[in-house]
Amino acid sequence: MSSFHHQKTSLFERFKAESLRLAGVFSLLFAFICLFMLLYQVGVQGWQYLSWQFLNGFPSRFPAQAGIKSAIYGTIWLMGFTALFSIPVGIMTGIYLEEYASQKSWVTKLIRVNIANLAGIPSIVYGLLGLAFFVRQIHLGRSILAGALTMSLLILPIVILTTIEALKAVQVSIRLAAYGVGATRRQVILYHLLPEAFPGIVTGIILGLSRAIGESAPLLLIGALSFVAFVPEGPLDGFTVLAIQIFDWVMRPQPAFHSLAAATIIVLLAFTLGMNSLAIWLRIKMNRGKQ
Amino acid sequence: MQMALGKTRRVEQPVSPMEPSKSRKSRNLGLRRSWRSPSSTPLESFATFLVWSCSLVSVATTIGIIVFLTREAVEFFQQISIWEFITGTQWSPLWEPKHFGILPLLSGTLVVGVGACLIAVPIGALSALFLSEYTAGSWRVGMKSLLEVLAGVPSVVYGFFAVTFITPQLRTFIPDLEVFNALSAAIVVGIMIIPTIASVSQDAFQAVPRELREAAYGLGARKYQVACTVVFPSALSGFIASVILGFSRAIGETMAVSLAAGATPNMSWNPVHSIQTMTAYIVQVSLGDISAGTIEYSSLFAVGLTLFAMTLGANVVANFIVQKFQGSRV
Repeated sequence: MSSFHHQKTSLFERFKAESLRLAGVFSLLFAFICLFMLLYQVGVQGWQYLSWQFLNGFPSRFPAQAGIKSAIYGTIWLMGFTALFSIPVGIMTGIYLEEYASQKSWVTKLIRVNIANLAGIPSIVYGLLGLAFFVRQIHLGRSILAGALTMSLLILPIVILTTIEALKAVQVSIRLAAYGVGATRRQVILYHLLPEAFPGIVTGIILGLSRAIGESAPLLLIGALSFVAFVPEGPLDGFTVLAIQIFDWVMRPQPAFHSLAAATIIVLLAFTLGMNSLAIWLRIKMNRGKQ
Repeated sequence: MQMALGKTRRVEQPVSPMEPSKSRKSRNLGLRRSWRSPSSTPLESFATFLVWSCSLVSVATTIGIIVFLTREAVEFFQQISIWEFITGTQWSPLWEPKHFGILPLLSGTLVVGVGACLIAVPIGALSALFLSEYTAGSWRVGMKSLLEVLAGVPSVVYGFFAVTFITPQLRTFIPDLEVFNALSAAIVVGIMIIPTIASVSQDAFQAVPRELREAAYGLGARKYQVACTVVFPSALSGFIASVILGFSRAIGETMAVSLAAGATPNMSWNPVHSIQTMTAYIVQVSLGDISAGTIEYSSLFAVGLTLFAMTLGANVVANFIVQKFQGSRV
């Protein structure tokens, strides 16, 4: 059939036939070139500023002496507490919606729609909630705890939605067999469903946390400072994170600070892209296992 | 599946053969415990209660956002009339004379949002069509993963990219481009939302039933004809949903926009000028030290409420379209 076609078609027809494929290739290429240019720009500007002194120094007005020690520590503190709040609550909400709640009741449907919509709310709105509730209403102040609670709310939809997907993907036979030998709902979930769904849930947690690491808008509202010359020692201390440090340095007009920002971005990207690649790899591996 | 489980559980519920009130003996025989289903032991009830209470957190979040945003916004509207807020064409809350008309912020937000969509919609849609119709297997997985890497780059990094790369490059051939400008912000936000649009539309394109494609091929259609006249039209609702989601992400975008577009609220539709979006205003205020109770503080929440209403509206519409679309397919 195709040979018959090709003899008859004009050059213009053939061009039309290929133009969609070409347009698709160029569109994808555009996206990938942007990604490449971004990484290249960051690498070229920031590479020479990466040093032990930079990683282990405190922020300074002088670019040559500035470092990101407080930002690294702040990020680790914040992520630790965010994980502490968001992982249990997220997984348990997923379990409730998938295993306990009656799927037909309007309450369950409402909660599901609500979570889907929460995922699309801009992060800065969460920041406003955190400012009004965590910082002012319950007087946590401009602390790591207030930031971590806000971040937890922000990534909760991601953790919940991936937990639900992971539980859905568990084979029906496992569930039926467990109920068949008389296990209770709690036992089925704890000993059979969760171990099976574990890789999927971990993927969700990693994706959520890697989003939280790069997110800085809500923290600006919470009042994370950009000039912190100390390492936080407890959950109620003030803090800064890598993303805010970058924002502060990019805002300054001097090019030297832009290079510092680029060096900080390398550290930040090492965190987020590393975690993202891990999650993507886990998911591809899981899909292969299923086939 | 869920229904079947629900039914078995209902059977498990304490089904006592004798009414306890009628036969007191049953309690003395110690049989009562064995009649109870294992799903009603304290541990089981506690587990149920625990997961149920966790699911309330997400509901509480939504309620919290609405309550706190509204509460502060009400304080704002006690001093500024809603009419002035909606129709005012000047926004200058941080210097005298103070004006609180949100139109300049809205126009700035729309310039960036629409500009970003102009870039991201064609590129995202063509990428999605290409991925779903022209690729398969590990190529598709690989390219989708690369797009996801693009989505995983933090927003502040895009801001850096806009300030240090896009703006200087643009200035070489647009000489009167300001240092902070809407064009650069729109381009960088466009790049950011390409993955959103591409991945949602690709899901929609791939969900088009195989029979439709095969019928078209059987009639002698070529691949591009199938893609343009069969796949795209029947997945149109999913594509529209992807555009709405992308747009709502673009107007909620904060860090990249406040770095690239500057902080000059004006009604200019010319993208070479510096503008201010709603999100950038919130950032600008939170960078200074604003104490609670002032008009600046409550103006944050009035602007935030506007932004929340816009994005929530867009998301509800998009999710509704996606749901309906999936419902009609399966």
